[in-house]
Amino acid sequence: MNSKAKPRVAVFKFASCDGCQLSLLDAEDELLAVTSAIQIAYFPEASRATRKGPYDLALVEGSITTHHDAQAIQEVRRQSKILITIGACATAGGIQALRNWKDIDEFVRVVYASPQFVSTLKLSTPIAEHVPVDFELRGCPINKYQLIELIAATLAGRKPNIPSYSVCLECKRKSNVCILVARGAACLGPATQAGCGALCPSFDRACYGCFGPMESPNTASLINQFRILGQTNDRISRAFRGFNAWAWQFRKASEECERP
Amino acid sequence: MTGRTIRVDTLARVEGEGELFIKMAGDRVADVKLRIYEPPRLFEAFLRGRHFSEAPDITARICGICPIAYQMSAAHAIERALGIRVDPAVRLLRRLFYSGEWIESHTLHIYMLHAPDFLGYPDAIAMARDHRAVVERALRLKKIGNHIVTLLGGREIHPISTAVGGFYKTPARSQLRELSEDLKWALDASLETVRWTCTLDFPDFEQDYEFVALRHPDEYPFNEGRLVSNRGLDIDAAEYEDHFIESHVKHSNALHSVVRGRGSYLVGPLARFSLNSDKLPEVARQAARDARLHPPVKNPFRGIEVRAVELVFACAEALRIIEAYEPPGVPRVEAPGRASVGQAITEAPRGILYHRYALSEKGLILAAKIVAPTSQNLKRIEDDLREYAAHLVAWPLDDATWKCEQAVRNYDPCISCATHFLKLNIQRS
Repeated sequence: MNSKAKPRVAVFKFASCDGCQLSLLDAEDELLAVTSAIQIAYFPEASRATRKGPYDLALVEGSITTHHDAQAIQEVRRQSKILITIGACATAGGIQALRNWKDIDEFVRVVYASPQFVSTLKLSTPIAEHVPVDFELRGCPINKYQLIELIAATLAGRKPNIPSYSVCLECKRKSNVCILVARGAACLGPATQAGCGALCPSFDRACYGCFGPMESPNTASLINQFRILGQTNDRISRAFRGFNAWAWQFRKASEECERP
Repeated sequence: MTGRTIRVDTLARVEGEGELFIKMAGDRVADVKLRIYEPPRLFEAFLRGRHFSEAPDITARICGICPIAYQMSAAHAIERALGIRVDPAVRLLRRLFYSGEWIESHTLHIYMLHAPDFLGYPDAIAMARDHRAVVERALRLKKIGNHIVTLLGGREIHPISTAVGGFYKTPARSQLRELSEDLKWALDASLETVRWTCTLDFPDFEQDYEFVALRHPDEYPFNEGRLVSNRGLDIDAAEYEDHFIESHVKHSNALHSVVRGRGSYLVGPLARFSLNSDKLPEVARQAARDARLHPPVKNPFRGIEVRAVELVFACAEALRIIEAYEPPGVPRVEAPGRASVGQAITEAPRGILYHRYALSEKGLILAAKIVAPTSQNLKRIEDDLREYAAHLVAWPLDDATWKCEQAVRNYDPCISCATHFLKLNIQRS
């Protein structure tokens, strides 16, 4: 295949930790094969060579937290045939969305001595609140195998095999003993989308929801179960208010727990 | 008089976002700004009100490249606040965990982020076309580092096993033994890495640095030790804020750190090696001698060789731990919340990472302070560029720009960390 025929892929970053795009470099066994099938047109974390758009596929990491970024994502969308968001920041606002319930000016004063130098928005928001998104890949961080499947499927024009069921199914498949039932742990697995491979329960701890809400989570029932286990409203609210706090199903659940 | 500007709008092959701006007036450097436009994420603000047990998981999200560093500093600071002493086996496992992160992160930087500068490639992928075996060695080394992390923590990025007081679950002896064949290969590959980095050309450039690193009586430092420097600093983590000041400069969303009364300082591999080379295992010390690396190393471009020596250390340390490991009696020591304050410093791949937490009696975080390695190096990077750019006056602009980028990448800057950082502009007026 000559290089002109290879799809042009770009990787963009907004407010985030770089972890999701690093997932691509962490795919050690697949990296050279993937990069021979595509043309990396823009990926500053990996290369100082950059090419202007348009791009066939844009992978977008990070949430929108500044006026500058709110404008920049519009240009990314205009330049990209297919736009895929990767990770909890891009799909749900990320952990930095915890500001969305607080006074942003007070937040900036806590971290910076000269708040007047800092320009930031009141809300940290997912990319889909700003531009149409073709696919959202969940996870904090994303699963690198899901990323490779998604890139391959997208470039082949087929539907990616990314399940939207809950972590519970992954636990069952691994024959994990249910830690919510057997040990009374406040596990978010029943409401959380699969994709991690039920990591936390496999390490004897409760799922903390880093892949965000599953397709139709019954958060009311889970909250009720947590209460039966003796969890306080504060703790339950904090549980939903993690790396996917601004995903609407988790947002609604955490706010319900705050009502008197 | 001629003058020019070197600018790099998006610094590449660094973690996070920043730009570089250098203004030349004739052969004099008029201004250097490393502008960090990575948007602020305000971790220290939203940590307030969270339970102490959540701090390792939350602060890991500051950086996808060195999440273990954040987990380690957070766990140690809180353990100090709560008076927890971890099991010796947990202590060893944490050193193994950190070894995995150093192997993964140092390999990424040596081969994929820094080496392309020395060899004139835009990236490792282009480098692989001419140096396939070298890049394949890098990928296998990196994979082994990541395998250690995944075995102990479930996944490479934001692993899930670190708990205040220990781990949620610790591996069986046999699981760690599975790593030994790979690690024996990795140790050889790390020695080959040192030899390979020695073949690179280094500019003749030395600076008189204040090196700051942890120092432990018996070991090359990861999680414990006093904070020392080559200019007489010798303090406990609890005294850190008495000796270092963070200032907020207008051009940057990252804070700049200085040593009180002295100025910029350097953290990371050069500092660790210069202050602790006597604590390296013989295999790493011999590799350093063969590379003609003698402490103190004052040429920042040779950081790539020092990282390679630290890679040897990390592989040897991981092997040592795997052979000595016996699982702890319990994976973690639990303790109730109490009104308290705790500080800790650990050695992230890029240098010291300081955390302080104040806790309520219910165990909720009242205040948090985090000082990342890159924010401690930022002022030092600007100081290096101020000196180095003056050497490049006669160079064509494109080449000078590339060399300045390389000078920034000497530090393996992690901008996401520093903002809780880069864009290059060299202006010649």
